[in-house]
Amino acid sequence: MSSRKPGTSMTLKTIYIFYIVAFFLFLFVPLIINGIIAFNNSEVPSFPWQGGTLDWFYSSDDGRMGIFNDIKLLRSIGTSLKVSFMVAILSLIVGTTSSFLFIRENFWGKQILYIAMILPLVIPGVILGISLLVFSNELIGFLRSVLGPDLANIFITILRPGLLLVVLGQFCFICTITTLVISSRLRKFPLELEEAAMDLGASHWDAIFSITLPQLFPAIFSAGILAFLLSFENFATTLFLVGSKPTLPILLFSKLRFSITPEINAISVILMLFTSILGLIAVSVSENKKY
Amino acid sequence: MEALETISEINAKPFPWFRIICLAPLLLWIVGLLIIPHIQLFWLSFLQNRHPEEGFYMGNYLRFFTNPIYWKILLRTAVYAILSTFMSLVICFPTAFFIAKLLKGRWQIGLIIIVMLPFWISELVRTYSWMIMLRETGVINWILLSLGILSEPIEMLYNDNAIFVGLVYVSLLFMLLPIYSVLESLDDSLIEAGQDLGASRWTILWEIIWPHSIPGVMAGCIIVFMITLGNYLTPVMLGGKNSLYFTQTIYHQFIIAWNWNQGSAFGFLLLILSSFLVWIGLKVSRQKLTEVIK
Repeated sequence: MSSRKPGTSMTLKTIYIFYIVAFFLFLFVPLIINGIIAFNNSEVPSFPWQGGTLDWFYSSDDGRMGIFNDIKLLRSIGTSLKVSFMVAILSLIVGTTSSFLFIRENFWGKQILYIAMILPLVIPGVILGISLLVFSNELIGFLRSVLGPDLANIFITILRPGLLLVVLGQFCFICTITTLVISSRLRKFPLELEEAAMDLGASHWDAIFSITLPQLFPAIFSAGILAFLLSFENFATTLFLVGSKPTLPILLFSKLRFSITPEINAISVILMLFTSILGLIAVSVSENKKY
Repeated sequence: MEALETISEINAKPFPWFRIICLAPLLLWIVGLLIIPHIQLFWLSFLQNRHPEEGFYMGNYLRFFTNPIYWKILLRTAVYAILSTFMSLVICFPTAFFIAKLLKGRWQIGLIIIVMLPFWISELVRTYSWMIMLRETGVINWILLSLGILSEPIEMLYNDNAIFVGLVYVSLLFMLLPIYSVLESLDDSLIEAGQDLGASRWTILWEIIWPHSIPGVMAGCIIVFMITLGNYLTPVMLGGKNSLYFTQTIYHQFIIAWNWNQGSAFGFLLLILSSFLVWIGLKVSRQKLTEVIK
């Protein structure tokens, strides 16, 4: 190193290290405090420390409802899990087929289609939400006029704001992410392997299902976890499409409007553990893999 | 003739259905869930709320320009988004440089994973953490009171600074990762060459590191700007019901005022503003959208 003024360089280095430490404190202190407070024996989510308690997890008192006894909360977790699972599966299927199309096929208009596929990432979530809300409403009106009110009723119940719309709304932009992740791996995958299988008599389908997809599995799996996490935390798009069954973020948001209790800290602790573990699994599965 | 073809040739022909099966879900998604709904949203924004049968109507857009509160809120939202983007750039660049250039191997990967951890956690939890820090009965007030710095608790929540902190906090990673990845790709020997030629620290930073990192910086700025401009949760949670954020105005028109036409017009204005600013960002940095989002 050719620093000419060792004195200033030392101070600079110290300041730099301090800065990095401060950055990580800024990132983690709020979350750690949030977690600690979940165990504080106090009605207000704050300090001073008044002894440990698990009330905010287990209590069944009305005043101190623990998360494991809060039926509404548990139900919303169930809804969220269901939605996220469906979004992840749907985004993986469409993400995989679209990746094959973009990487392996050539056709007129491919570039335009690719740009259109990326656009959901540039559209604010709120707008994705309202556009689907408007769409479903228009579709209901259209079905009514074509099928007559009686026949249309069958479709109307599922087209109204509710699970289906939430899944479709989240799918709209999450599928872009799975497509990007999977196609970046598929691009690196040698076509020769597939061709070799086909020379040995496998059909195109066989080659894809027995050679390419298993090799891409780590990438697909971690894209699936990413999709699941993105769906699980989605708020803006869901807000406009949710019906009578709220997802977890929607329920927590409406709870926060009325009162702020350490119950939210307790659910934060669970969420932090759950998402970190899923995230770490996704990273460790896709890390150091060729494709 | 067909009998003469080898097995390989038969199989090498693209499966006739393959393209269709791959294309169909993509088209359903793009056309059915994106293009048609947005066209309908656009159409709806040109109808009058109470009398849609009267046809083309500019009033929803005119109201935005004639009623100062609406365009002021949009302007305010854009200013927030730009300031937060700039702030996260300032905060993230040194950290990204530290992780990319001053750490090696396991430490590097480990620290990147640690940085990513908070961002897998839901935005609601992250924002809530700041709520309990900043509240009148919150942690920061408790610390300041116990230290004797304050004698009365002050409300630090539900103001512009709280929104600003929250917006920067929830979007940091999207700035850090793109900058990290361009800096990681910068060859160390270029920096060493600069040092051998006697360049000062700042010259190296300005002449070698910064130009190389511009693509990552632009990508980070565009993504953070987009996320911040369209954010709903953080401004409402930290700014309260009157946070005057444009997404909240859209929500209000749709869900509370039940004026979908007005809401659609506002939605489109937000979309136009964000696309326009992203387009300017891409033009200035001479990049393509497909390269920024990789």
